[in-house]
Amino acid sequence: MDNLAWIFISALLVNNFVLTYFLGLCPFLGVSNSLETSARLGLATTFVMLVTALCAWVLNTYVLIYAPYLRLICFIVVIASTVQFIEMLIKKLSPALFRAMGIFLPLITTNCAILGLAIFATNRGYGFVEGIVYALGAGIGFTLALVLLAGLREESELSNIPRLMKGTAMNLIIAGVLSMAFMGFAGLFSSA
Amino acid sequence: MKKNESYEEFIKGIWRDNPVFVQVLGMCPMLAVTNSAINAIAMGMATFFVLVGSSFLVSSFRSWIPKQVRISCFIIIIATFVTVADYTLLALVPKVHKELGAFIPLIVANCMILGRQEAFSSRYPVRLAVMDAIGMAGGFLLALFSLGAIREILGDGALFGFDLFGENFEPWVIMILPPGGFLTLGVILLFFNWFRFKKDEFLAEVAAAERGGN
Amino acid sequence: MNLGAQMNTDGPGSLRLVMTLAIAGLISGIAIIGIYESTLPTITANKARELREAVFKVLPGVSEMQQLVYRDGQLIPTEERRKDEQAVYGGYDREGDFVGYAIPAAGPGFQDTIGLLYGYTPQRKQVLGMEVLESRETPGLGDKIYKDADFVGSFSQLSIDPNIIAVKKGTKSRPNEIDAITGATISSKAVVRIINEAHVEWSVRLPLPGAEPPLREAENASAGDSP
Repeated sequence: MDNLAWIFISALLVNNFVLTYFLGLCPFLGVSNSLETSARLGLATTFVMLVTALCAWVLNTYVLIYAPYLRLICFIVVIASTVQFIEMLIKKLSPALFRAMGIFLPLITTNCAILGLAIFATNRGYGFVEGIVYALGAGIGFTLALVLLAGLREESELSNIPRLMKGTAMNLIIAGVLSMAFMGFAGLFSSA
Repeated sequence: MKKNESYEEFIKGIWRDNPVFVQVLGMCPMLAVTNSAINAIAMGMATFFVLVGSSFLVSSFRSWIPKQVRISCFIIIIATFVTVADYTLLALVPKVHKELGAFIPLIVANCMILGRQEAFSSRYPVRLAVMDAIGMAGGFLLALFSLGAIREILGDGALFGFDLFGENFEPWVIMILPPGGFLTLGVILLFFNWFRFKKDEFLAEVAAAERGGN
Repeated sequence: MNLGAQMNTDGPGSLRLVMTLAIAGLISGIAIIGIYESTLPTITANKARELREAVFKVLPGVSEMQQLVYRDGQLIPTEERRKDEQAVYGGYDREGDFVGYAIPAAGPGFQDTIGLLYGYTPQRKQVLGMEVLESRETPGLGDKIYKDADFVGSFSQLSIDPNIIAVKKGTKSRPNEIDAITGATISSKAVVRIINEAHVEWSVRLPLPGAEPPLREAENASAGDSP
């Protein structure tokens, strides 16, 4: 139990995927200009991460013990096709849900955070429950970072920023400051 | 003429369209490993190998790959090269591999590599595709190296592990921690913006002077 | 300049698509298996050497080692280990006499999981050495848990009866106390806690002192690369 809580908090705050592993930076910098889009992208990513954790566990348990060298190709192919399948399913079953997050799904599949999740979970030897908890933490952590940055960017739209700073340069510096703030979460578990 | 063409493809990746500093591509797994110059070079070399290899193959087989499945084929080719790079690094330099860890497989997700296949290699002959790949990968390596070197010098007072400043230097630890990656790249982009503005202003001045002269 | 070759307007049949992917997959599979098979011996040898070096470091005076898998309530010397089984490493001196166990342990540190190996002798209930195998502690502060020679050195002949206690630097007064690193108290305490937890877990599993599994002769003979 203690272990699961550590996995969750570690993925959510201490080792936030975006702010300490730099994973998923492309959508982080590209999409995070409005709060609502960010929240929806975050939700969709969390969902895909859960699916990924499930796929990774199935592959690791039943396929990759016989052929460890196929890990990378298997992960990419299986995750991409599963997500595509789910996308079609959602489109059929719930058009409303599809409009909310469906358009992001193909975009997310090529996101390094997804592949990163599968590889980290494998390297750490996580089992089924641990993998799911890890995915949940990582997904919510990703959403948190995205929403925080979007909020700051919406504010900064209204302020008077030097012409030089506008765009990616400023976003990166904001992200750097956020990342510094998240460093404060380190030691949450070991100091207890 | 032909020589110029290849040279043009090569040089654009190094400077004008530098994948990191100008296009801001492929940063995802890259900022994480640029906390020292040596890690940055190892990652840059691995990416170089993958990009040049895949561009060569994709360009060679471009007439055989049907358009509908081209992305899948590109990904299979890239993933194969990445796996090869992964195992080679693990066998030859286990220490570096341990530092880079899970970030080598993540080269697959580097949007720059797939982007080059889609935008260039699948349309142009082998010679140009390889020159383009070498330029882009070289620019990427250069960018990674500058990031890694700046972060190691400021954050550790050393370069390639050799002490630069002596005992009195208090290392700026934040630079080798994750925030340092964001801040360093942000500041470098600022410099590039400044450079571009200066150039635009200069061109505008020249144009104005010419108009005035006429 | 054969640019237009792939611009097939009527589109290839689905058989052709499947064939292309299958051939790509086949070639890629062959390439991957080739590199895997050719690098595997080096990779296995590297890993084995790293493990040997770590075990020899945490158990001074050891010249042979073997893996001891915890199975059905006892330690079995075997090379085969299932994924859900835990193992320690037994260290033996030149005469083949048992010296101590090298026990792997892991737990949360300041930033991320710290993985380490520590040497333990049940006869004297002492920790003989400690080596950090894996950590992402803060450079310049937390990384002293493996860079600070004083801290690493203090894990030699350290009593672990009943456990180790990290105290403020300079206030060490009992044989089971250890000086924490100034500026890296949390990381130092994490190392101590990881060892204590592993000790609690393993002390009930290890056989009584004197009843340790002897060094297997077969392995001794096959280990031709001993120094």
